[in-house]
Amino acid sequence: MRIERKPLTIWERLYLPAIISGMMLTFSHLFRKKVTLRYPEQKPEIPPGYRGQPVLVKDEDGRVKCVACQLCEFVCPPRAIRIKPMAYPDNAKYKKVEKTPDEFEIDMIRCIFCGYCEEVCPEQAIFLRGPYSVTGLSRKDMMFNKEKLLELGGTMPDPIKKWQKK
Amino acid sequence: MADNPTTPTPAAEMVNATINGIKVQVPKGTNLIEAGQRVGVFVPHYCYHKKLAISGNCRMCLVEVGGPMRGPDGKPVLNPDGTTKVTMAPRLSIGCNTQVTEGMVVVTNSPAVQQAQNSVMEFFLINHPLDCPICDQAGECKLQEYSVEFGKDASRFREEKVHKPKQVDLGLRVMLDDERCILCSRCIRFMRDVAKDDCLGFTNRGSHTTLTCWPGKKLAGNYSLNTVDLCPVGALTDKDFRFKMRVWFLKETKSICTSCATGCNIVIWSRENVVYRQTPRENDAVNECWMCDAGRHNYKHINAASRLKKAFVSGKETSYADALKQLAPKLKAALADRTSVAFVGSARATNEELYLFSMLAKGSVSDCVPRTWDGDSFLVNADRNPNSAGAKIFNVAAAPMGSKFAAIADGIKAGKIKTLVVHQEDVTRRGIGADLLAKLSLLLVVDFRPTETTKAAHFVLPGVTYAEKRGTFTNAKGRVQRVWPAVSLGGEERSDWEIFRDLLRETGQPDRFADIVALFADMAANVKPFAGLSLEKIGDGGVQLG
Amino acid sequence: MDPILIHLIKIVGVVGVLLFICAYIVLAERRICAFIQDRLGPNRVGIPIWIRKDGRAIQIGACWALGQPIIDALKAILKEDFVPGHVNKFYFWLGPMLVMAPALMVWAAIPFGSTLCGVPMIVADINVGILFVFAIASLGVYGIVLGGWASNSKYPFLGGVRSSAQLISYELCLGLSVIPLFMQVGSLRLTEVVRWQTEHLWLICYPWNWLPAIIYVASSFAETNRAPFDLPEAEQELAGGYNTEYSSMKFAMFFLAEYANMITASALLAVLFLGGWHLPFVPVSGGIAVGIAHICIFLAKVCALALVFIWVRWTVPRVRYDQLMGLGWKVFLPLALVSILIAGLAIVAGWSPS
Repeated sequence: MRIERKPLTIWERLYLPAIISGMMLTFSHLFRKKVTLRYPEQKPEIPPGYRGQPVLVKDEDGRVKCVACQLCEFVCPPRAIRIKPMAYPDNAKYKKVEKTPDEFEIDMIRCIFCGYCEEVCPEQAIFLRGPYSVTGLSRKDMMFNKEKLLELGGTMPDPIKKWQKK
Repeated sequence: MADNPTTPTPAAEMVNATINGIKVQVPKGTNLIEAGQRVGVFVPHYCYHKKLAISGNCRMCLVEVGGPMRGPDGKPVLNPDGTTKVTMAPRLSIGCNTQVTEGMVVVTNSPAVQQAQNSVMEFFLINHPLDCPICDQAGECKLQEYSVEFGKDASRFREEKVHKPKQVDLGLRVMLDDERCILCSRCIRFMRDVAKDDCLGFTNRGSHTTLTCWPGKKLAGNYSLNTVDLCPVGALTDKDFRFKMRVWFLKETKSICTSCATGCNIVIWSRENVVYRQTPRENDAVNECWMCDAGRHNYKHINAASRLKKAFVSGKETSYADALKQLAPKLKAALADRTSVAFVGSARATNEELYLFSMLAKGSVSDCVPRTWDGDSFLVNADRNPNSAGAKIFNVAAAPMGSKFAAIADGIKAGKIKTLVVHQEDVTRRGIGADLLAKLSLLLVVDFRPTETTKAAHFVLPGVTYAEKRGTFTNAKGRVQRVWPAVSLGGEERSDWEIFRDLLRETGQPDRFADIVALFADMAANVKPFAGLSLEKIGDGGVQLG
Repeated sequence: MDPILIHLIKIVGVVGVLLFICAYIVLAERRICAFIQDRLGPNRVGIPIWIRKDGRAIQIGACWALGQPIIDALKAILKEDFVPGHVNKFYFWLGPMLVMAPALMVWAAIPFGSTLCGVPMIVADINVGILFVFAIASLGVYGIVLGGWASNSKYPFLGGVRSSAQLISYELCLGLSVIPLFMQVGSLRLTEVVRWQTEHLWLICYPWNWLPAIIYVASSFAETNRAPFDLPEAEQELAGGYNTEYSSMKFAMFFLAEYANMITASALLAVLFLGGWHLPFVPVSGGIAVGIAHICIFLAKVCALALVFIWVRWTVPRVRYDQLMGLGWKVFLPLALVSILIAGLAIVAGWSPS
């Protein structure tokens, strides 16, 4: 598409009127309401479905949904996830699930928040959820272990409940 | 394996066939799966295994078979252009139990075959649970692989699946999940025919068929874990490896089992310098496809927390270089009088280490620790040292092995022997007690783990296990086989041959060995049985010494 | 008092105040641009006055970020002073110095007040003041060319060439645009210019000086590398400019010199067109209070003009290079010549009071 460029009038070619009107506009902005969010004191409202940091979830019965299949560990591009699987002990309530993470660590220094872990998870046990401010004073602080990830994740209702049918 | 092509009947009469249009000549009696493999045509199969009796129950290897058409006179019917007319059999045949005959025509990729494979896969998956996330076989599961290659993309099955026992404890080392079993019967045939311990079988009928142990029996023999290797799905799992690590993370390193003199070829599966399991590697000259359970689980010492990762001088931790610096003048002085020095070598060391050790021990008394107890008629050798043959070749071991320990002990007691060099052995359990060791003026131990002997030692240099070094072992039958490093602990430890090389250099011998290749070449030039060999020639499968 | 000591005090005072204003004009620039864009800008760092027991500092002026220039300077000093391996080290070092030194030197001839205790508030009251100012100011271009050339890299080199072309072109317009003033005043001495304005009206009040004023302002934008003529350091389009290879304090020197030049340009504008330290209804001579008042008036004018510079920068978009050159040579140069003619006419016709 071609747009005809209108030739400038003498008045416009002076430029000064346009510059002055522009300066008036910017001057008026000096007194407008500012949009800045003063972050640490004011927090943004996190919408539902926000993809923050990866967390582990439990179902309504309090079962850790992760079965330590290590697919997230495999798919993780920066290799931030480390899982140590274990078998449920013989007297455990969910013995029939067989496998559960003994340790589940996410190195939040390495995590790039890509969401592949959530996408690959066959048990819907790992989600990218609300927490977005991930800080720590040492590398060790940034190693999030299973307990911390479960605490951040909380409960995610499981509509299928496949382990009750097994 | 390329080095050891499997030939069912050696020097047999050859027959010609055409597989997917490719002409192939195979010995008579070869089945279609093997014949296809020769020309790169893959026929999927579950129950067939080349080392086991043919059962033919999985129906995965169905192929189209045809042959030359014969007229009423019994002669082949010819096409107008003079070629033989071919008729295809009206129904598919199983590749595993069909032998190649002269002029046979096999098609493995026709629509009929593809439909058959598709349907067979669907049947397998009817009752198979979809618990791949939990199943340890995931990643090396034939059901997963064929499902992708030959199966449907979605299930049409709407009914309740048949539920069978899960987490069945079959014996000491094997766990069974009956729901995952696809009833191929490989494990049954292995235990019956190869391990000669008929303990497994099927009960019930139809889709309720269940694998189980015969009443009163357990899957407990020393070869039970081979059933885990054979199982194409995750029904049989090794309790030791169960839920430890996903196979796709593991690095495979070719190695040799050092638990006995048989020298089974193995693969070490490791991740980030931790060994997770060992499985047999095919070598028809040694162990075919099998290995014993004891050898398979004999890897825990590699990553043991107690491993020596530093050198020690009089019990104090120090760096390897520092220990070597302190040791050199003392060892040199001690070696001035060869009769005052005794050497205890190890028949668990590689040929290269023994070669260097023999150079160190030249002119002094030396011996190795013999380890002999019950063997069996299959793979376990009564000699539990992996390299007794090598120790004898290099004269590190006395004849008979272990006969000089009393003499060494007496020499120390009499004060005649003032220096003792020990490699990977705990001499306190061989008649040279801590009281005798205390009398020595110099005790040098090269070992990878702490023992009573290392506690008494003036100098301890940290060596490594077979999983961390390069080298060769000579098995009971005189076969030289290689090991490769699978893991590294990252401490101060060195390959034992490097330690001996350093000791030789520090005691005034010329420094000739830049690497293991140069060392082996030197050994091949100077030690007669190894003449003409090189590491490259030994390759993956090993070489029989002349 | 020893005249040398008095001169030293004046020099130290001028340079000190100049650098102080430079530092805070940067802060003002950041705050104003933020406000123009409906943001807040820096509003965290105050001047620490007390460290509490828990390690937190009590600071004043934090909401105005009064401490920002201090930590910015600290940061610039503490950053790695990276000198690329392939540069000509001597000229690489010389570049920022040659830019900074003239920016400070021009202040020798600028009257920043009337008299204080009988001492004229100018470092050196030379009779060719404006020539001195323009001569020294034009030396800055050497620093830019040297910096660009010594970097031994294509982007700074092109940037240096581009900048020198721009600066030299606009120096012409700048020089021509002030000629009418000196025709009216009859002297090149800057104190004389201010004195003339105290006796008559400010020069901007005469309509034939409006055109020179516009040309002067626009040209000084170009001379000080500021928008809409900030092509020498157009990071987005032209990968920076002559200063691409510079870091740490050497980069900060270029940066500081730009602001010093901006203040110089404002000061000259105040002196030449806006009466310098003069304000109606403030006595032209008097005691210490009047002398100080004159300095304050001058500083107020300079700061107000500097704020205009900032205001323009965040309003007007950057021009294209050909537009820049076209404007300089084809519009401002003829117009400046015409304005000289008009001023001459005004003098001949007797409209001008001189």
